[in-house]
Amino acid sequence: MAEASSSLPERGLSRRLVEILVALLLIGIAALALWDSYGRGAGWDNGPENGFFPARVAAILAIAAGAVLVGALRREDSVFVTYGQLRLVAQVFVPLFLYVLAIAFLGIYLASALFMGLFMVMLGAFRWWQVALAVVLTPLVTFWVFELQFRVPLPKGPVEAMLGF
Amino acid sequence: MGIAVRAAIGVLLLTVTSAQAWEPTKPIEIIVPFPPGGASDQMARTIQGAIQKGNLVKQPIIIVNKPAAAGGEAMLDIQKSAGDPHKLITTSSGIYMTPLATKLPVSWKDFTPVAMMAQDAFVLWVNAAKPYKTAQDFIEAAKTAAPPLKTGGNGSKREDHLISVTMEQATGTKITYVPYQGGGPASVQLAGGHIDANMNNPAEEIANWRSGSVKPLCVFSPKPMEYTQKVTADMAWSDIPTCPSQGVNVTYQMLRGMFMPGKVTPEQQAFYVDLFQKVSQTPEWKAYLERNALVPDFRAGQSFVDFLTEDERKHKDLMTKAGFIATN
Amino acid sequence: MDDLNQLLLGFQVALTWHNVLFMVVGVLLGIVVGVLPGLGGPNGVAILLPLTFGMDPTSAIILLSSIYWGALFGGAITSILFNIPGEAWSVATTFDGYPLAQQGRAGEALTAAFTASFIGALSGVVLITFVAPLVAKFALRFGPAEFFGVFFLTFCSFIGMGRENKAKIVASLALGFLLAAVGLDTISGDLRLTFGAPELMKGFDFLVVVIGLFGVSEILLTIEEGLHFKGKRAAIDLGVVLRTWAGLPRYWATLIRSSVVGMWMGVTPGGAIAASFMGYGLAKRFSRRPDAFGRGEIEGVLAPETAAHAAGTSALLPMLALGIPGSATAAVLLGGLMIWGLQPGPMLFIEKKEFVWGLIASMYLGNLAGLLIVLATVPVFAAIMRIPFALVAPIILVVCAIGAFTVESSRFDIWLMLIFGVVGYVFKKLDYPLAPLVLALVLGDRAEDAFRQALLGSGGDLSVFFSNALVSSLMILGLLLLVWGPLGDLRQRLTRRGGNDQPPREIAGSGAS
Repeated sequence: MAEASSSLPERGLSRRLVEILVALLLIGIAALALWDSYGRGAGWDNGPENGFFPARVAAILAIAAGAVLVGALRREDSVFVTYGQLRLVAQVFVPLFLYVLAIAFLGIYLASALFMGLFMVMLGAFRWWQVALAVVLTPLVTFWVFELQFRVPLPKGPVEAMLGF
Repeated sequence: MGIAVRAAIGVLLLTVTSAQAWEPTKPIEIIVPFPPGGASDQMARTIQGAIQKGNLVKQPIIIVNKPAAAGGEAMLDIQKSAGDPHKLITTSSGIYMTPLATKLPVSWKDFTPVAMMAQDAFVLWVNAAKPYKTAQDFIEAAKTAAPPLKTGGNGSKREDHLISVTMEQATGTKITYVPYQGGGPASVQLAGGHIDANMNNPAEEIANWRSGSVKPLCVFSPKPMEYTQKVTADMAWSDIPTCPSQGVNVTYQMLRGMFMPGKVTPEQQAFYVDLFQKVSQTPEWKAYLERNALVPDFRAGQSFVDFLTEDERKHKDLMTKAGFIATN
Repeated sequence: MDDLNQLLLGFQVALTWHNVLFMVVGVLLGIVVGVLPGLGGPNGVAILLPLTFGMDPTSAIILLSSIYWGALFGGAITSILFNIPGEAWSVATTFDGYPLAQQGRAGEALTAAFTASFIGALSGVVLITFVAPLVAKFALRFGPAEFFGVFFLTFCSFIGMGRENKAKIVASLALGFLLAAVGLDTISGDLRLTFGAPELMKGFDFLVVVIGLFGVSEILLTIEEGLHFKGKRAAIDLGVVLRTWAGLPRYWATLIRSSVVGMWMGVTPGGAIAASFMGYGLAKRFSRRPDAFGRGEIEGVLAPETAAHAAGTSALLPMLALGIPGSATAAVLLGGLMIWGLQPGPMLFIEKKEFVWGLIASMYLGNLAGLLIVLATVPVFAAIMRIPFALVAPIILVVCAIGAFTVESSRFDIWLMLIFGVVGYVFKKLDYPLAPLVLALVLGDRAEDAFRQALLGSGGDLSVFFSNALVSSLMILGLLLLVWGPLGDLRQRLTRRGGNDQPPREIAGSGAS
């Protein structure tokens, strides 16, 4: 991860840009918290009101984020992440995002099986039977451990409903 | 028309307990809107144990704790599960108080009442080292104390807080209420002398009472508790006088009951009414009632609905007077 | 001496064959629930509780408390191997445990963590054995002001010593406080910072945030480097246990300090989570090379683990002696005690002696059994690092998703985990320290509650925080620690002035604050 100091001029996302975006986001969160806290009362009425601390903390957050913003503008820019790395990260993140999305519709068991399969095919060099085994075992093992042994109900979808769970 | 007929069948089923048209087909979830170890959790686990031991249901019982937002999250979950006959929720007064205090868009009328299992009493406890012998002594002391005496209890705008404020208003005193994260911390704070009194349920103070670090002054119920077995060397639960008899005209009890999500069929409701009727007869349940000095009061069907309607009205009234209703 | 006889009697009860069997079963089950994030000791205990109603109370509590031991040990495993704390008190263990695993020293880190757990727990048990009623009474002296003092001390011992950009430390800390404030406010009974969204009503659960910030983000960071884990060459023989042990006596001061901190936090009841952070913070303070912390220092694993488990064990003391649960697991155990007809509290020690001493004896044995079992598994767990990334990564992510869900049985929490995964990735790359955020998230609202409770009681008078010797000394100690950090920094900077002491910024280690 020493790309900042390495001499290779690999192209990537500007670190300064990300710094600024994060600092602005933090200032936005602080503003929201300030607005909410003052709406409910952030004063001192025989002890702090319920907005007192969030409001103070939000103000501190805004100041700190402001300092980060100024620092980012003054410092020399470097690469936050190269496009090559970003592609790798996306290879994990996009399936993960789809996985979380799928849990809402398919339940966690089926979604996990699909996610395992997709991940292994996309990023690994496995034989087909290895992938198949993982795809079948993942939901079965999790079902056995959580649903049957620990009696912790996990999100289920239409397929489980058909099977009577 | 069809609905009316089905409802009529449902009423019939309520009375004929042997007729069971419906049986659960998958594990039953009991949602507890409190953390593990709390009073509601213990009730749910006692019921779970009683059902499993007596083999009253073929499907397993699962307990899910959803303590967030004073039970508000659990109530929203049940509201969303309308029509699901495999979910139950344990309830306390929070079922009216949380929506009123936080403006949460949920009401017990969205749910299907199954059964009330018992009522929980509240007792005025003070540190044993304090000179108060009766509730009247405590009130007299509160009238002259500066800074005001402190009471403590579980959370804000909840049962304990409501009793404290109602007591203040009924006796014309000024009392500071300090909210804690639960009845347990409030109990320890009283034993440590950091507060002057609390309004804990019997189960929450029994240990400290027996060890002699706290003592009860009166119970906020219309009549004394039934349990006559000695708890300490010379006192039983039944020996605690009622608060009204001590000149503190405040009564308050909390229901402990079971609800289902809305839109379930009368057959499904009838199954659970019958189940909890059976649970209430088990030795495990009876031992649980006695251990926690709960007031046995099993209700189902119309009598439960009437109770809820009346109890909600009373809460709304008390909470309005106490200034707990959410405004913004 | 009467007590000692009672204890020996207790050992006889605990050492019967079927009780030893329950112990082993309990420990193994505990490891499983400890390893899976989201499932914790409370789950394990709660699930078995109904099964134990028919058993005799002593066997039942032995079985259940062994789950507790197993979970205590198990929490460290995923923290070290995958940067995912299985339990909230294992967060501080990730700071150095995970870097060690990346360097191929997972076996060492695991051995150190388990041994430290054992030492911490043992010191807690010894405390319970010999000074139970005496120490239990001390917990009664803690009112809201004193609680605030403890939290204040924890913050002061942990923060103010980061090498990162100071503005970023503050921003991270403030963000943690704000996240902690979301949801229902205990003191006013109002919802805060929810903006009318029911999903935000329950606030941000610590474990969900941590699974995202540490676990998910670590996978994203790892893949930047290519498709493999760095710690592939982990040694997988039992010899690593002995080699690690040989190096441990050097850290006696850290072990003692963390044990004391843990016992203190467990009894008072500041809790195991606060204890682990405080233990880590103090170890770094007192270390001769504080810069090495966060990059794979064995001491950074020993300190939080010892403290957390000394606290976790000592927390059983208030439960038995006062009936106050010091932790969620203790709360469930408490419920169990009552179901078996045992009323926890001061009378338990008098009325049910054989039960209490049976339990205490089983603590010694369960802890020892737990250590032996987990040490035997070190090679197995270290070998996990050899499994190809493309197989382990999706399994970890599935476990993370399940863990995030099971904490509150909320589907929204899986989304939160994903969001915090991205936040963690970006924050780590921008050198925002994560540890202050996590600390503020876990202790922020409790500190605020205690502060406001104290002021409610005093009628708004701030002098309540210096009203007696106990709270004054806590506050003053905290203030001293707070200024010590910056003063030390200043002195170092003055002495080193002129040298090229650019702090290395490109360390990928987690939460190196």
